Amino acid sequence: MIGALLLAQTIAVTGGTVYPVSGPKIANGTVLIRDGNIAAVGANVTIPSGATRIDATGKWVTPGLIDGGGQMGLVEINAVRGTREGALASDTVAAAFNVAEGINPASALIPVTRIEGITTALAAPDGHLISGQAVLIDLDGATIEQMVVKSPVAIVARLNEDVKDEAGGSRAGVAQRLRRVFGDALEYGRRKGDYGRAQMQPLAAPAADLEALLPVLRGELPLIAVANRKSDIETALRIGREYKLKLILAGAAEGWEIADEVARAGVPVLVEPMDNIPSYDALGIRYENAALLAKAGVKVVLMETDTHNARNLRQQAGNAVSYGMTWDQALRAVTLSAAEAFGVADRYGSLEPGKVGDVVVWSGDPFEFTSAAEHVLIRGKEVPLRSRQTELFERYKKLPPDY
Amino acid sequence: MRSTPHLLLALSSACASAGGRATSKAAAPPVTAAESLSVSRAQYPSTYRRHPYPPVVIRNATIMTATGREIPNGAISFKDGRILAVGEGAAVTAPAGAVIVDGAGKYVTPGLIDTHSHLGVYAAPGTDAESDGNELTSPVTSEVWAEHSFWPQDPQIPLAIAGGITTIEALPGSGNLIGGRSAVLKLVPARTVQDMKFPGARYGLKMACGENPKRVYGQRHQAPSTRMGNMAGYRSAFAQAEAYRRKWDAWNRDHKGEPPERNLRLETLAEVLRGNMYVQIHCYRADEMAQMLDLAREFGFKVRSFHHAVESYKIADLLAHDSTSVSVWADWWGFKEEAMDGIQQNAALNQQAGGRPAIHSDSPSGIQRLNQEAAKAMYAGQRSGIPITRDQALRWITANPAWVLGLDSVVGTLEPGKMADLVVWSGDPFSVYAKAVQVYNDGWLVYDRSDPAHQPRTDFELGQ
Repeated sequence: MIGALLLAQTIAVTGGTVYPVSGPKIANGTVLIRDGNIAAVGANVTIPSGATRIDATGKWVTPGLIDGGGQMGLVEINAVRGTREGALASDTVAAAFNVAEGINPASALIPVTRIEGITTALAAPDGHLISGQAVLIDLDGATIEQMVVKSPVAIVARLNEDVKDEAGGSRAGVAQRLRRVFGDALEYGRRKGDYGRAQMQPLAAPAADLEALLPVLRGELPLIAVANRKSDIETALRIGREYKLKLILAGAAEGWEIADEVARAGVPVLVEPMDNIPSYDALGIRYENAALLAKAGVKVVLMETDTHNARNLRQQAGNAVSYGMTWDQALRAVTLSAAEAFGVADRYGSLEPGKVGDVVVWSGDPFEFTSAAEHVLIRGKEVPLRSRQTELFERYKKLPPDY
Repeated sequence: MRSTPHLLLALSSACASAGGRATSKAAAPPVTAAESLSVSRAQYPSTYRRHPYPPVVIRNATIMTATGREIPNGAISFKDGRILAVGEGAAVTAPAGAVIVDGAGKYVTPGLIDTHSHLGVYAAPGTDAESDGNELTSPVTSEVWAEHSFWPQDPQIPLAIAGGITTIEALPGSGNLIGGRSAVLKLVPARTVQDMKFPGARYGLKMACGENPKRVYGQRHQAPSTRMGNMAGYRSAFAQAEAYRRKWDAWNRDHKGEPPERNLRLETLAEVLRGNMYVQIHCYRADEMAQMLDLAREFGFKVRSFHHAVESYKIADLLAHDSTSVSVWADWWGFKEEAMDGIQQNAALNQQAGGRPAIHSDSPSGIQRLNQEAAKAMYAGQRSGIPITRDQALRWITANPAWVLGLDSVVGTLEPGKMADLVVWSGDPFSVYAKAVQVYNDGWLVYDRSDPAHQPRTDFELGQ
């Protein structure tokens, strides 16, 4: 009941410089939010009487930022197994594993993250050849249902060196294994009756996992392919063409080397800009990856995969700018491009009438360390700027503490 | 102006720190017997040499000295690896033959110093072959030295240099109670680690509290498997070292009879007890740091810095009172239980309590952006009403880490006489958009973002 009452509010964010992302910035603009959604955006918006006003004079107003990676809600303490929900222990092909019911709405990470302006995040499964189904969540809500924006957003597959051992120890084995799984899924889809009568050869994965892959193979649900080495990216693109997949690349550390090819394929790429430590999986890794991909016309989505510090998505974006992205590209990469890649651009990613009221008022440039999120609205409701960390600070700002 | 003589002084003390012969040798007549011992010879000495480079003057830049001054439109000159002058533009004259660098719009800071790095000991590309940081065969391995693992061709080194880092402490990992000796290194391209060893720098002793050692050994059903087991492990080791030290100190005094047998494990700990090494302790929880201060009191040594120290803000007053520094992250938290209470105001609260915080990386990625980490921690403090100054935040990555390594009279600030370790930034180093454009290490242009001839590459990177 309380939630419903709050949602019924009308909020007007006034006087700020508004960055709708979908269009040019608006000086002294207003963002009107009603019943959880954006009702109007512009320089001349009539504010209904009774609307709650947030004075954003001198401030920057953007859509809530979207982290295109990580495991928000799926991990509380990395080293404590009982608090990790993001990977199935045994299944090499875990296509039917949807992480949504593993999400903990009470996770301490959620307030820590959202009070810094990240309002939406991918919760992605980890490990194995096919990790499972990723979901997109808003960082507010008492229940999983209230948090989920879209489920599933995509199925995650891996073509990097981490999973080779699950395919016999060779990159070629990974590719062949994926093809066999996709082929069997198609065969299963065509002959479900035979399967039911046990008149088929043994398949490459359990029926539930093959069934889960059918939307991917129909090109309806994206496949997020984690690949870093240039040749692995090319393999992902090749398999994508063979099966007419709707592909999203993740990592893509050496993507800059074939940026034009990635652009021609029309495949969005999830990039972590500050990642530049070479390994045999990506000797060509470099800071400029996001910028070079964007310059080639690739739809770049930024991510911070350290879930505890998903708030550093802002720093990732700032560094992407430092190494060649335009500021506008970077803002798009943490808002609208993410929404587009994840298939929710009709509701998320920009400040436009009809979209969900995820809005942040910043003291300045959201990518700068000087700036802070001063107001965070999720689904049209202002969230308190409190977290377990702000409470620890309050307790210990004067010593000894008052227990 | 105490540069060269002071360095030499420091160097001799480092020699004395080797092996078991720490006490004065002045009064001992049978020198030949003592000198024939391995312990009496130079122990893996530094062969570092300054790279020759012309004198330099940087003009029209904002000079951030880390001594309380930020000089707009200032200048700095240096020659033969020593800072000559820092000040308003007109006050700084160019030495003969100086390279003039136009610093218009740019900022100059001291070279950044990281008290906690595993570069070289956990080198890229990160396979088992480069995993040389944790000697996990015994909970006390004070006999191992990080420099003996350090790979100078680690391709992470040039990345850190490009981030403005000029000095690092390369440490063994935290899997053991006592992990071994650290190496304090000039971050310059070199064929050998000896060529990187900071002249005169004392060794550090890496110790670790909490979850790591008890997990590593507890899983093997060995001690320690609990935090109380951790404490017992440190105490047993130092108790043995106490006896060992007594034996050697007596023999060094009078050279009577056979010299005691060398024990490398205890030799390092004895050096700690003699005050010749700095104790650097990986420790997260406030209550455990307090335990370690008690341990140090029991055996009569000082803890130089608690590393990671995510809960140090809870006991910032105790740490400041003990003159123990903390080496902290800006915002890491949550990856294990003892890291759950990390907050972004940690460095600022330690500063407020009168402590000496340093921002460290413990990461080949984070070391490239130590300035950004300091910026996050500074603004987090300021937003919470703690009046951290830019100079204080700069000291978190320069002068304070220099103190942690005992090098604060040599590096860490921009002052005449100090080693010419400095960074020219494209803009305010506390901005996310600023990058190091030039890095000088001991007066040598080791990195220039606009000149490929000054962008070092390791052997590993060739042909890729």
